[in-house]
Amino acid sequence: MAEKKLMYGNHAIVEGVIAAGCRFFAGYPITPQNEIPESMSVRMVDEGGVFIQTESEIAAINMLFGAAAAGKRAMTSSSSPGISLMQEGISYIAGADIPVLVVNIVRGGPGLGNIAPAQSDYYQSTRGGGHGDYFTITLAPNSAQDLYEFPKLAFELAEKYRNPALILADGLLGQMMEAVEFSFEPIDPKSLPEKEWALCGCKGRERRVVRSYDLKQGRLEELNLRRAEKYTTIRKDEQRFKDEYCDDADLVVIAYGTSSRIASAAVRMARQKGLKVGLLRPITLWPFPTDVLADMSKRIENFLVVEMSCGQMIDDVKLATECRSNIHFHGRPGGGVPIPSEILEKIEAVLGGAR
Amino acid sequence: MTKEIIISGFGGQGIVSSGIILAHAGLIEDKHVTFFPSYGAEMRGGTANCSVVISSEPVASPIVATPDVVIIMNEPSLARFEMAVKPGGLLLYNQTLIKSKPKRKDITVMPIEANVLAEELGQGRIANMVMLGVFAKKTGLLSLRTLKNAQRKRYKKANDEQLALNDKALEKGYGLFGNSK
Repeated sequence: MAEKKLMYGNHAIVEGVIAAGCRFFAGYPITPQNEIPESMSVRMVDEGGVFIQTESEIAAINMLFGAAAAGKRAMTSSSSPGISLMQEGISYIAGADIPVLVVNIVRGGPGLGNIAPAQSDYYQSTRGGGHGDYFTITLAPNSAQDLYEFPKLAFELAEKYRNPALILADGLLGQMMEAVEFSFEPIDPKSLPEKEWALCGCKGRERRVVRSYDLKQGRLEELNLRRAEKYTTIRKDEQRFKDEYCDDADLVVIAYGTSSRIASAAVRMARQKGLKVGLLRPITLWPFPTDVLADMSKRIENFLVVEMSCGQMIDDVKLATECRSNIHFHGRPGGGVPIPSEILEKIEAVLGGAR
Repeated sequence: MTKEIIISGFGGQGIVSSGIILAHAGLIEDKHVTFFPSYGAEMRGGTANCSVVISSEPVASPIVATPDVVIIMNEPSLARFEMAVKPGGLLLYNQTLIKSKPKRKDITVMPIEANVLAEELGQGRIANMVMLGVFAKKTGLLSLRTLKNAQRKRYKKANDEQLALNDKALEKGYGLFGNSK
């Protein structure tokens, strides 16, 4: 087993991004993700890559567009208000079918909100976020180890489908320290194959065009329908989740990211009390793991959705379970973080009421 | 085995460093660890606290609501965390700076003249290391040797003299209650 290193989540992302063969970072500071650009400013230079502290988030996302259009793995990170500023660029990138990685270390909102951990950017992340018909592949880590491993996965998915990918974490995951094992062989950027659409000099070949703009009658409709087919494939093939104790469960808690860690503690407490409770943790938020939920809803009467928001993922749970089960909710918005005992109380209330 | 720990005091007392040293120490002893600091609008002289979980199992929640152990370095922290300690838990407090007396009867309360002892060693700012020494001894969770290794992982740029002084403070705390090893 490789040596484990104690690392901040934000630093684990940096190492994961570099190990994934990415050598381009552009970003603008915002709490609680400042350790990412801070560390990138050293690590990217060490690795012969590019680090740019831009004049704004809008500049950062558009530089990312350029770097990725040239065929390179490129990423940016920010936190909620900064990600809102980037939405125009993300829409353009999705419209141009370009793979990029955007990391959102979510903080309390709306507006400038606060700097505490939150999960209130779920809708923004899973419904496209900007204008137009598109989705962004969205991964939800829940440990420093995930933060190290998910950038590689995000780039692979983004490139496979030529689509932007998001990593949706929160202030707690960014600021927490945990052991990280460097679990895969770092990728040499030079070993990555050239993309057949990349703009890297057309000498000796046909010129290529990358754009999100087509005025020819019927052309955009055709493009969007083709993109919709891509989204159907992603929805079918890329749903990821983890489950604990679900086989014999009377109630399944559904939570992602930080909430899933806390919910996991509550589920263990419930099991110690003899309550048959399980946990389903979506790892991909888009595509949402609807298949497993549809299946579970045929035998499980009660689901408890736990989110650090007023309730956003709960909509996807309702859609996936198609009214076959009772959907309960426990939410802590505005930077509130639940503790295991309050989730346990809610579990007991639901199961008590069900008896 | 899972131990949930909160360390609290004011900025500049080495609160965050103490938490990171404990996390390093847990990892050195092949345990699962999480460290989570209060972050954001913190400043020297303001309040600071952090949560550390050390466990033989993978850590589920990094959020500590009812700690097994609290290390309290200043007066406001005592008011904030005394009631949170798990019944039967342990409260270590810096008696030099805290004039109030803890009221709980269902937990073990240990006053430590952390700043006085640190000053005797020649440096008030290593009061946190004295407390960590006491922590290791009283909980039996980590060895003194592990803590000495762990502080070297935190203070990578410190000179040998400072590291040796930190070791002495750890030993001092460790030896306060029973024989030092």
